[in-house]
Amino acid sequence: MVGRLLARGMLLGVASACLMIAFAELFGEPQVAHAIAFERAMDQAAGLAPEPEVVSRAVQRGVGLLTAGLAFGAAYGGLFALSFAALFGRVGRIAARPLAAWLALAAFVVLALVPMLKYPANPPSVGMPATIGLRTALYFEAILVSLCAAVLAVLAGRRAADRFGTWNGALLGAVAFLAVVAAAQAVMPDVNEVPARFPAVVLWRFRIASLGMQAVLWSSLGFSFGAAAERLLQPRRGSA
Amino acid sequence: MTTRSSAPHVLPLPQSVRPLPLRELAPWAAFGIVLALLLLYFVGAEQGATALVAGHGVHEFVHDGRHLLGFPCH
Repeated sequence: MVGRLLARGMLLGVASACLMIAFAELFGEPQVAHAIAFERAMDQAAGLAPEPEVVSRAVQRGVGLLTAGLAFGAAYGGLFALSFAALFGRVGRIAARPLAAWLALAAFVVLALVPMLKYPANPPSVGMPATIGLRTALYFEAILVSLCAAVLAVLAGRRAADRFGTWNGALLGAVAFLAVVAAAQAVMPDVNEVPARFPAVVLWRFRIASLGMQAVLWSSLGFSFGAAAERLLQPRRGSA
Repeated sequence: MTTRSSAPHVLPLPQSVRPLPLRELAPWAAFGIVLALLLLYFVGAEQGATALVAGHGVHEFVHDGRHLLGFPCH
């Protein structure tokens, strides 16, 4: 059963990634193009030769984006299915479809929204090549901190729910999550590498498009996986 | 005040929300987590912070995805 859930999760992750990439082509790529135009103009103004294209722009925004998006969708679809399999039947009596929807919302907040508040997505020409190692480490640390805070908050929230009721327990868990991530993000180092004259509108739209992609991915995955999991899990009623 | 908390745990779970055994979950979890991390590594970090493959081919190929998915790039 777990293997079938995992396969279903990865497939639906890939399908959801297709929607996400369609969204990215519509709303993200125009901003990438603006950012690259800015970069070229700055290089030209500084008298630098344009960077050689190792991979053409057409490939980068076409099959390159598709490959990256599908791999991302498959990876998170699989992790989502495994988390679902671990939680199903262990968090009260919540049925497959609402569990998947809540889990997808949690994944969006914990893996995308919260890390992005500290280290938002950046278009090309924002970010110095020299700090890539530090920035990558910080970004993955922010995800890890958010994930650990969420797990601790759920455990604490369940204990609180036993004492103070479900609603209050859930609220206390949410407050605990926010307190931990706010404290952690307050002490994590700031990254501010936006070039002086980079257009603010392009930066804003790029980041909103990036967040929108995550919203499309997780909502699609949550609703489709819930329906698929319900169908997979139902026949057990008679056999077990 | 003291009895309210225990009530939900006494009721047996209906068969439709019976948990999947952890014994069955563990090997799939190991396989799935390794696979997912490998995929995320190549999309998000290869030829950026670290590199297993020489050059910029992987980085440049997933370039737009890396930017738009929120991974640090360049």
